[in-house]
Amino acid sequence: MSAVLQNLVNQPYKHGFVTEIESEIAPKGLNEETIRLISEKKNEPEWLLDFRLKAYQKWLTMSEPNWQNVHYSKIDFQSISYYAAPKPKKKLASMDEVDPELLRTFEKLGVPMHERAALAGVAVDVVFDSVSVATTYKEKLAEVGIIFCSISEAVQKHPELVKQYLGTVVPVGDNFFAALNSAVFTDGSFCYIPKGVKCPMDLSTYFRINTEGSGQFERTLVIAEEGASVSYLEGCTAPQFDTNQLHAAVVELIAMDNADIKYSTVQNWYAGDENGIGGIYNFVTKRGLAKGVNSRISWTQVETGSAITWKYPSCILRGDNSVGEFYSVALTNNLQQADTGTKMIHIGKNTRSTIISKGISAGKSNSSYRGLVRITPNAQNARNFSQCDSMLVGDQCGAHTFPYIQVHNNSAKVEHEASTSKIGEDQLFYFAQRGIDSEEAVSMIVNGFCKEVFQQLPMEFAVEATKLLSFKLEGSVG
Amino acid sequence: MISKNNQTLLNVQNLHANTQDTEILKGINLTVNHGEIHAIMGLNGSGKSTFAKVLAGHPDYIVTQGNIQFEQQDLLALPPEERAQAGVFLAFQYPIEIPGVANSQFLRLAYNTVQSKRGNDELDPLEFDDFVREKMKLLEMNPDFLDRSVNEGFSGGEKKRNEILQMALLEPKLGILDETDSGLDIDALKIVAKGVNHLRNEQNAIILITHYQRLLDHIVPDYVHVMEAGRIIKTGGKELALELEKHGYDWLHNDQQKNAGVSV
Ligand SMILES: Nc1ncnc2c1ncn2[C@@H]1O[C@H](COP(=O)(O)OP(=O)(O)O)[C@@H](O)[C@H]1O
Ligand SMILES: [Mg+2]
Repeated sequence: MSAVLQNLVNQPYKHGFVTEIESEIAPKGLNEETIRLISEKKNEPEWLLDFRLKAYQKWLTMSEPNWQNVHYSKIDFQSISYYAAPKPKKKLASMDEVDPELLRTFEKLGVPMHERAALAGVAVDVVFDSVSVATTYKEKLAEVGIIFCSISEAVQKHPELVKQYLGTVVPVGDNFFAALNSAVFTDGSFCYIPKGVKCPMDLSTYFRINTEGSGQFERTLVIAEEGASVSYLEGCTAPQFDTNQLHAAVVELIAMDNADIKYSTVQNWYAGDENGIGGIYNFVTKRGLAKGVNSRISWTQVETGSAITWKYPSCILRGDNSVGEFYSVALTNNLQQADTGTKMIHIGKNTRSTIISKGISAGKSNSSYRGLVRITPNAQNARNFSQCDSMLVGDQCGAHTFPYIQVHNNSAKVEHEASTSKIGEDQLFYFAQRGIDSEEAVSMIVNGFCKEVFQQLPMEFAVEATKLLSFKLEGSVG
Repeated sequence: MISKNNQTLLNVQNLHANTQDTEILKGINLTVNHGEIHAIMGLNGSGKSTFAKVLAGHPDYIVTQGNIQFEQQDLLALPPEERAQAGVFLAFQYPIEIPGVANSQFLRLAYNTVQSKRGNDELDPLEFDDFVREKMKLLEMNPDFLDRSVNEGFSGGEKKRNEILQMALLEPKLGILDETDSGLDIDALKIVAKGVNHLRNEQNAIILITHYQRLLDHIVPDYVHVMEAGRIIKTGGKELALELEKHGYDWLHNDQQKNAGVSV
């Protein structure tokens, strides 16, 4: 292969800067004392401290997983600071009072927050370095009884709801990183849609890691009561640092009878430079429980950032006729590594799941799809369709597919399709012969490849995702 | 064989090109004036497609000697997309499939890119849709083609028509048709020929690479060239193609010996 396909994604990271907001940082290291400090700082009830300590005890007995197809140097959990909060200058009643430095940060990120909130009708719960700084549109949501706030606030104002659901989908000892998160999570989002309410707008959260060396342990809990529906958007960017940053979030979704939760993510954290220096470790546990009959959990993700991504947004289809969906685009380049996929656990009768995974590898990157479809003995007439497509840009990258299919009920119908394609020189020449340069060609091919997933994204996000992929692939072909 | 417009469009001099250290083109000379149609014939493997791809700037081939003048420009100095923008069009012998990219989207991007480089207005999706449907009528193409992925699952003949459709959209100065007739039934051939004839005028020129006289019945060439082993070994008028059809390429060797002199 000639030079045309070399030289992947060597764009400098556009979002690489540190915002100078005064931070309050906990001393490095993890022990019971740290956990008590976090809990005290956040003025938490006793049961939550117990939850954290229980998780910590579990975590101590666990070891880091090593089955995933990624490689990284060992994380020193004692060199991480587990708490960092920006000091708000005063109580914030409106967006105008938000720290201008923070607003400038969003400006640089290309996220004009007012506009986004006002024009697009999106409520933005801004999680900035683990602590919510501003929440908008709360009143509008409150009118229909929706609670959308930081999880810290929810702990103070709606402790009974948090207590009832926290850790019910991802138990404290679920896995090493989930246990860690449960012990030390500092903030995140909470969303509660009451019975019969269709959320009138997409709920959106922008996460951003800011303090160098501080781990990020976001916790998100979304509950849709009977007949409720919500579309939740999560978008991420991070500044450029030389030390790897660990991000170990936990997201739990719960859908009751006839409820519908759609969770969309566009992830663009710092991936490290072209030599693999720096970059975020993104080890996330995301799981949705389709608890009620006819409930639906739908995950859509566009993963373009992080040095290492390790995540499997999953669905537990417990309710009869419940539906689980997973639509994913994972783009890796340079030395990025991604091991991502989903788990569909069919428990209820007539449960259905769809998996559409699109992996794009460029540069020297490696991307793996890992998916589990399990049909349990009582899941009569369960159906699954999986499609895993990989696209290689250049010839130094790799794509791998690991489907695990466990069928314990004969009535099940499980289909799996996979393909690997390559952006070839002859395709690029065909475009060139029609006047189109290779960057535009690659972006068109890649966006075409991802179409089925992008169609699942809310309009605004779809546009953003398309731009993001093009941006990420700029300079990928010479 | 009267030149319809004396201004030279393409002038190829002593063109040599390699791929993977093997010389494939071994000194090609060819002059094409505006308004002319040139046919290039020759056995499989004689270098016809390579010549076409070198004109279009395919990165697999390295030009080791010679030069190519396209109007006032040094064609070899331009990357392939700029050659296309300048008006060089290649209808591929084997058009490649591009899964996932809608034909309509691809055609519009190509059209708008070329138009804007030429200082013309671009068309929005609705305007373009009208425009492209009009062109498709000429080629008797089903509008369904617009919604399908570029060339994906197209039959051989459909791919060739899609190539000519692109030529109709991009209005090149030089259209190079590499075996566009192969794989077409006689009806499709007539439609394609009609399309090509419709596109020709005094400002452009066409190079037809073909094995068969039947295409030349419909698109009548001003010159016929025969390639062999990377060179043009004989040039004549349209009657040369008829002779070749009658006697085969071997005849040429005997004939060549007899006549000794070969025009270029
Ligand atoms: N990319 C390539 N790599 C190696 N050999 C090639 C390549 N392209 C063409 N050739 C060789 O060059 C010669 C001419 O091929 P081609 O131009 O396709 O001939 P034609 O179109 O006249 O049939 C053939 O021997 C072919 O095998
Ligand atoms: Mg050929």
